[in-house]
Amino acid sequence: MKRTLILTSALVAAGVAAQAEELAVMSWGGAYSKSQVEAYHKPFTEKTGVTVIDVVADNPATPIKAQVEAGNVSVSIADVEYADAMALCDEGLLEEIDPSIFADAPDGTPAMEDFLPGAVTDCFVATIVFSTIYAYDDTKFPDAKPTTIADLFDLEGFPGKRGLRKTPKVNLEMALMADGVAPEEVYDMLETDEGVERAFAKLDTIKDEVVWWEAGAQPPQLLADGEVAMTTAYNGRIFSAAVAEEKPFVSVFNGQVYEYDGYVIPLGAPNQERALEFLTFATQTQQLADQAKWISYGPARKSSGPLVGLYEDGETEMGPYMPTAEANLEVALPSSVEFWADRNVELSERFNAWLAN
Amino acid sequence: MADMTATPPEAAPQGLQTADGRPLKAALAESQARAKRRAFYLVAPLLAFILLTFVLPIGQLLSRSVSDPRFIEHVDRSSGEVTPIMTGLRAWFDDNPAGTEPDEAAYAALAADLVLLADLRGQGDVGTRINYEAPGTRSLFTKTARRAEDLQAPFREAILDVDEDWADPMLWQAMRDASSRFTANFYLAALDLAKDETGKIVNVPQERQVYVMLFERTAILSVLITFLTLVLGFPVAHLLATLPLRYSNLLMILVLLPFWTSLLVRTTSWMVLLQSQGVINSTLVWLGVIGEDGRIQMIYNQLGTVIAMTHILLPFMVLPLYSVMRPIKPAYVRAARSLGATSWTAFRRIYLPQTVPGIGAGALLVFILAVGYYITPALVGGADGQLISNLIAFHMQNSLNWSLAAALASLLLAGVLILYWLYDRLVGIDNLKLG
Repeated sequence: MKRTLILTSALVAAGVAAQAEELAVMSWGGAYSKSQVEAYHKPFTEKTGVTVIDVVADNPATPIKAQVEAGNVSVSIADVEYADAMALCDEGLLEEIDPSIFADAPDGTPAMEDFLPGAVTDCFVATIVFSTIYAYDDTKFPDAKPTTIADLFDLEGFPGKRGLRKTPKVNLEMALMADGVAPEEVYDMLETDEGVERAFAKLDTIKDEVVWWEAGAQPPQLLADGEVAMTTAYNGRIFSAAVAEEKPFVSVFNGQVYEYDGYVIPLGAPNQERALEFLTFATQTQQLADQAKWISYGPARKSSGPLVGLYEDGETEMGPYMPTAEANLEVALPSSVEFWADRNVELSERFNAWLAN
Repeated sequence: MADMTATPPEAAPQGLQTADGRPLKAALAESQARAKRRAFYLVAPLLAFILLTFVLPIGQLLSRSVSDPRFIEHVDRSSGEVTPIMTGLRAWFDDNPAGTEPDEAAYAALAADLVLLADLRGQGDVGTRINYEAPGTRSLFTKTARRAEDLQAPFREAILDVDEDWADPMLWQAMRDASSRFTANFYLAALDLAKDETGKIVNVPQERQVYVMLFERTAILSVLITFLTLVLGFPVAHLLATLPLRYSNLLMILVLLPFWTSLLVRTTSWMVLLQSQGVINSTLVWLGVIGEDGRIQMIYNQLGTVIAMTHILLPFMVLPLYSVMRPIKPAYVRAARSLGATSWTAFRRIYLPQTVPGIGAGALLVFILAVGYYITPALVGGADGQLISNLIAFHMQNSLNWSLAAALASLLLAGVLILYWLYDRLVGIDNLKLG
């Protein structure tokens, strides 16, 4: 069974195995991949001569899982969300990473104390803190402006199409917060049937007006095309569109759901020595701070924080755009890894049924 | 052919012999065997290709749909080594009939099995497997396996202490089901059914029923799309077949050009045309037919799926129709008219019956392609334009519940085969003319 599986998978899968001096890194595409190319890939190539290939996926955890299951891994490193990393690690689909490879902070603080709490696990090292926020097109709302998460669900006050990610994750949390649930009670409530009912009921109120997106690059595009008036999005994407491309988009951090995102090495990945070398390099204090120059995601090391200065244009202060900025954390929810590792299958099924009906 | 000329054996009891004294029959068989072998070698590459790319995967698919042995054996991903797991608990299930309250022995077996699991790092796989049938239980396995080493007798209390959800009878029923190598549960799930704690088959709760509705929607939309391609394609094919060659060739290019264009390009072109800020809506607003607020939602819903798929599948209807219509002599219809038939009667009784093989072929082609369509509904279908194939893709790529995906795909395959059989009974497959 296993062998025929490998055989047929090998026949259909168009895996491009990385060659000796190439390192394939899978990430999310768009502005986020660009920030990684600028802050990690290019300097790494300069230092070692190894070409880093940027491979793009809507959510790298998905192809990684399929690749390892089929025994045909084509990338050395993948960039995944924290919850996905935990689930993949539990299933034994990732290589374990020895924490001693990470460099200490420039002031001598040991690496493990320098990383934010929980940022390094058995198989995962966080590089950023990213957040799902919602953003609106300023020109669509000339008078009153949306300011709270409840406004995302308020079709009367703020009419227009909404963009939401086609997953239960984040949507259910935001629905409950918009319904008046305090962030710290959201997951307790989602553990109960009534809580799930309540979240879906809230989503029901805007269902007819929703355009669903799947890739992180879609929401800014939907806003720019005028297909939606408001959409949830990764905060860095909206920042890039608003600041770099000067679109009239405004981010609302009220009700944001933030999470770590970082690197893993898939089980049986090619060229693992180089992969570890890359991880050591990319997670240094300076490199993490450099990435924030290109996109507004918070670095996962304490020592990188003070080094984050201006955006690449040389005039925009990055601080207020970071999900971790004081003012942005007033109504904010850290995404629960345990909850989603456990409930994702069940709630995805429920979500699919809800979507299709 | 040679044996036609050979005398039947019963007519020659001694047996005919060749010039060198061997029995004619044996000599013939030998020379024919050589020819047969050569013929076989010629088709062997094709046979191997079909075996590898068609029969094997479908066989694999069918076997996957009834079996997911992740509760029975652990496969080490780097070495490929297979270790039997959950042996203690499975033995307990064998000894005790369904519905037995799990006792201390059961929990002790569970604890011992979890220790082995933690060693193999297999708790995630086992948890995922059980989570398919008893949702929300995945973390029980990961959490408890992490602490398995520290569990002490009495095991029932110790395990319930880690998480009291272990007492859930649904969970025990799910583990019992997963203990047998073959299971019909994935087919049940594919039909929105499930087993309750006593093993009785029941409907899943209303809010989680999705597959039967999607099968129905897929069938209805496919019939609708087939009908639309027929209505749109029939006049086009007729025009192509009756125009002088130099015009019809030009028109044929117009039919074939989209056919040769990439599917993705055609689908995204429809997105450009149909979206609410798209070409059609903007033109209508500009003409004043609709207001700025009244832009019509033509995409990211069922309508979008139907429009885009009808266009994409249209050539599959036009081409078989054309190939059937081309040889129909205009003299037949003219003869009917001269004998007093109205143009409608002549069409209905003379022309239409002659195109039936083309209609059958086109409809069958379009319908079969439509039921399995996936990219187009994924891109333009929004929420309510999704078809069953999109859920199959979801289980293949996202939830990685390949067994459920296989069960859904098998049901789809069975449906198409039944239709094929029906078609054969009603119209006759010999009448099919594909072009």
